[in-house]
Amino acid sequence: MATTSPVSGTLERLRGTRVWRSIFRRGPAQTNRTRSLAIFGSLFLHFLPVKVREKSLRIRASYYLGSVSFLLFVILAVTGVMLMFYYHPAVPDAYRDMKDLRFVVSNGVFLRNLHRLAAQLMVLAVFWHMFHVFYRGGYKPPHEFNWVVGVILLIVTLFLSYTGYLLPWDQLAFWAITVGTNILSAMPFIGKRVRFMSLGGNNVGANALLRFYVLHCVVLPLIAVLLIAVHFWRVQKDGGLTLRDENGRAEK
Amino acid sequence: MTDAENTAGHMPAHASENTAETRREFLNEVAAAALGIAGLGSVVVTYQYLAPNVLFEPPTSFQAGNPDLYPLSSVTFIEQQQVYIVRTVQGFYAVSAVCTHLGCITQWKPEVNQIACPCHGSKFTMEGTKIEGPAPAPLPHFAISLTPGGELLVDKLEIVPANQSLKV
Repeated sequence: MATTSPVSGTLERLRGTRVWRSIFRRGPAQTNRTRSLAIFGSLFLHFLPVKVREKSLRIRASYYLGSVSFLLFVILAVTGVMLMFYYHPAVPDAYRDMKDLRFVVSNGVFLRNLHRLAAQLMVLAVFWHMFHVFYRGGYKPPHEFNWVVGVILLIVTLFLSYTGYLLPWDQLAFWAITVGTNILSAMPFIGKRVRFMSLGGNNVGANALLRFYVLHCVVLPLIAVLLIAVHFWRVQKDGGLTLRDENGRAEK
Repeated sequence: MTDAENTAGHMPAHASENTAETRREFLNEVAAAALGIAGLGSVVVTYQYLAPNVLFEPPTSFQAGNPDLYPLSSVTFIEQQQVYIVRTVQGFYAVSAVCTHLGCITQWKPEVNQIACPCHGSKFTMEGTKIEGPAPAPLPHFAISLTPGGELLVDKLEIVPANQSLKV
């Protein structure tokens, strides 16, 4: 560092403190080696690549669709937790709480609409991401495992979207889940039982609302977080993105 | 005891040719079997736990009042039970109001003498026979009888042929 501005001087002093060193364990990341060590040494960064090729950062290489999906997931997690502070998964509170969020709670309508909009965009982004990866041949060796993880993540996204649909407890929610779970019961042999287990009863009622709430807020997000971590880690382990040369052929 | 000690110290030289199971293999199999049984057991008890034993749902059989309440040639929708009580010259019968397509609640349209589903446009006659639409089956008829007190009693768990009706 040739020039020392007040900001970088302060940062420099901060990095020298005992607290900083105890948290980050390494000195400043000034060489390639220390930069790599900074990535390896962090729980949150270690499954990301230390270096990427410049080509794979170009917009046409990925359109950042995976990153967009992940960003939307983070927005959904944050806004979802905020909505949970006002929402009771019970009949008839659920509908009233949704109305309260829209008309009574400060900035509630903003959070709720952000959650809804991000949810719809996430389904779109995940689908688009999958199509893009498919057209790039991203399912071919050595990426098969990560392709399967991605397909499961798509299904988890759809289930998240579907379970969230019931929570406003309005007419649209009620009939969407009635119709959807009747589609489930069309499965041969186990259909009726699967419908009964997913609703916790014979019709869409208080049990179904609670079940969908737990799936939406706990079970499915946990599965998603776990699979997203595996997905990111495998991108790096499988050698990065599937790139193309000038002729449109997949690069080695 | 490590593997190295085991091979070097205690195992006879011909042990590798011996096809008999080693203690380690046996213990591994016992452990795997125990884990398998415990895993299977926890799946079963979790399934049982998640299947509710008591439901707070509307009762499946209900009393529909005195037969005289229903005029001749009428279709009456019992909203809470999602059933039509139909009275014809032949007598009474009860038809499900739940569409056989995807479970929406149908509506009786007296101006066209049809039962119509608002969701996907299925249409039925007042006997529940399908006229058109995506519904795969006619609307089922439920068993209808009289209580000792002379009230109509509908049992939604018992499905009866469409040609039966209750003479009062």
